[in-house]
Amino acid sequence: MELAHIWGILFISLHAMVPITLAAIGETIEESAGLFNIGLEGILLLGALAGAIGAEASGSATMGLMAGIATGGLIGLLFGVLSTTLRGSQLITGVGINMFALGFVALMLTLLGAPGFHSVPRAVQVPLIPLGIGNLSPMVLVTVFLAVVVWWVLRRTQLGLWIRAVGENPAAADVAGLRVNTLRLGTAIAAGMLAGLAGAYLSVDWFGAVTKEITAGRGFIALATVVFSGLNPLLALLGGFIFGLFEGLATWISTYPAIKKIIPWQFVAMAPYIITLLVVAGAIGRVRFPKGLGVPYLRE
Amino acid sequence: MSTLKPWIKRLNPLVESLMAGLIGLVIGALIMLAFGYNPIAAYISLFSGSFGSVYSWAESLANATPLILTAMTFAIAMRGGLFNIGAEGQLYIGALAAVAVSLIDLPFPLNAVAALGAAIVAGMLWSLPVALLKLTRGVHEVISTIMLNWIAHFFAFYLIANVLTDPKRGEKTISIIESARLARILPGTSLNYGLVIALIAVAAILFLLWRTSAGFEMRASGYNQEATHYAGISLRKQVLRVFLIGGAIAGLAGAVQVMGRPPTYAVMSGLPQLMNLGFDGIGVAMIGRNHPVGIVFAAIFFGGLMVGGRIMQFSPGVPLELVRVVEGVIIITLAIPELRRLFTFFLAKFKRGA
Repeated sequence: MELAHIWGILFISLHAMVPITLAAIGETIEESAGLFNIGLEGILLLGALAGAIGAEASGSATMGLMAGIATGGLIGLLFGVLSTTLRGSQLITGVGINMFALGFVALMLTLLGAPGFHSVPRAVQVPLIPLGIGNLSPMVLVTVFLAVVVWWVLRRTQLGLWIRAVGENPAAADVAGLRVNTLRLGTAIAAGMLAGLAGAYLSVDWFGAVTKEITAGRGFIALATVVFSGLNPLLALLGGFIFGLFEGLATWISTYPAIKKIIPWQFVAMAPYIITLLVVAGAIGRVRFPKGLGVPYLRE
Repeated sequence: MSTLKPWIKRLNPLVESLMAGLIGLVIGALIMLAFGYNPIAAYISLFSGSFGSVYSWAESLANATPLILTAMTFAIAMRGGLFNIGAEGQLYIGALAAVAVSLIDLPFPLNAVAALGAAIVAGMLWSLPVALLKLTRGVHEVISTIMLNWIAHFFAFYLIANVLTDPKRGEKTISIIESARLARILPGTSLNYGLVIALIAVAAILFLLWRTSAGFEMRASGYNQEATHYAGISLRKQVLRVFLIGGAIAGLAGAVQVMGRPPTYAVMSGLPQLMNLGFDGIGVAMIGRNHPVGIVFAAIFFGGLMVGGRIMQFSPGVPLELVRVVEGVIIITLAIPELRRLFTFFLAKFKRGA
């Protein structure tokens, strides 16, 4: 293996880290507050579509990313309202969001002209930073920055304490004067925005196109990353990178017939999921999740 | 709602499902209007395409067959207070296990029975880690089933491309031996005896849940885990039961799909005829209110949407994908508890306002 290959794999890994980590730190925020959204995959998909349409309509990549954030925030709001004020089942809402997104994005792609595929013109994609050894997306830096910010907010500020309080013991938080549902709704919106940004990154930056398979389970991988990280956004960064590394390796192996014969690419592609299962099984004793996770709060 | 008579109360789930269905169709209509389609023409085409003739009924029932099974996987878990979304992966593994039996030359009917049996066992084996991880390590079933679904996905790709590959056509597995295929109920349609197998499974689950003590224990632990624990019912046993039975049914769904659906009787690369059947089953179970009988009707509804969607794509030209949008909206709507009460509340408000 030459040095160039190592750089290549590193860059793929970093770029693959971005959507997983962004979605994971969003989910970390809402899980800290007691909400469990398995509709991340759907939000990523809708974000990818909104990003592509937004970038093309405005002629700017930034506006595309903004469109993704707005769309994600909107779905987060829907999820938040359903699972707080309306006391709906969070898991089922999530499943519904995923199904809706899959149908809606496929429908829109067909209506946009080319069924199944829509490319984003190069001019409105996020420009990469040339580093000599490869081109890096500025979104990698944004992701690292956001992970640190979310860590700081959750662990070092009053707001973070409130968020964790409503997740841990909503009844006690309520008695202490916190508005449980408002805080939870806020975290749902924030999480949606981050997942929407992750989705827009896929279309406006990384792939430069939208397909209905573009998310490829990254929303679910983000959920696993949250468990892996034990609700620590900094570890979510590491988790995202490890998933990205395996994706990079799988891509790399699939282009080399000699290696392909020894290790089929399917097994490399499978590895992150197996490792997550093992890590989760090993870590679960140490990791503590909020007591109020997944349970709607009802004042008695 | 104490003023309501008890028999009306018992109809609540039905009313809620119908309401959610209606809301889904209305939102679908709004989307069609936004893009300049005529929703009435589209829905007439959709429903005459799915239930307008003997042929379309047969196709709708054929599409309903695997959904009945995957929905029961989800429903049994919900009855037991667990959230099992692993049917998707178990279905792939079941279908491939059924195909693998065709590697051996067995006489009829042993080959068909062996294929169904292999799929059931494979589905159970793929589901077992979920139960074990939950019981020994406390891993939430949502996380483990999602991971196992993806592992199954790539494992299936591997088996199709490397192990069970058709020597003549690389993009599919070998086909189920002709004598082991499930016969068609109606010639010229996709409807086959898989439907009968699915209905037998429905009867078996009905019996299990409401006529046996095991079923009673399962339902009891779904209502109140703590109380069941104090009543001396082993939670470990419930978790194992739910996931093993669920895996068996999902594996069977895969077998029925590959052994019964013409024309290839093989698993195609990319899993087109299996993809999403597990997830759609969750929707079917929700609409059927996790009751085996409700599931049969909900599956026919979903199966009909699939068939009619293709017809709708032809005549008013509304893309097939609209159907999935409608399904998504229905499920999101059904996530709201006491939907009916919410509706009457808004109705009362509206009346007061007017």
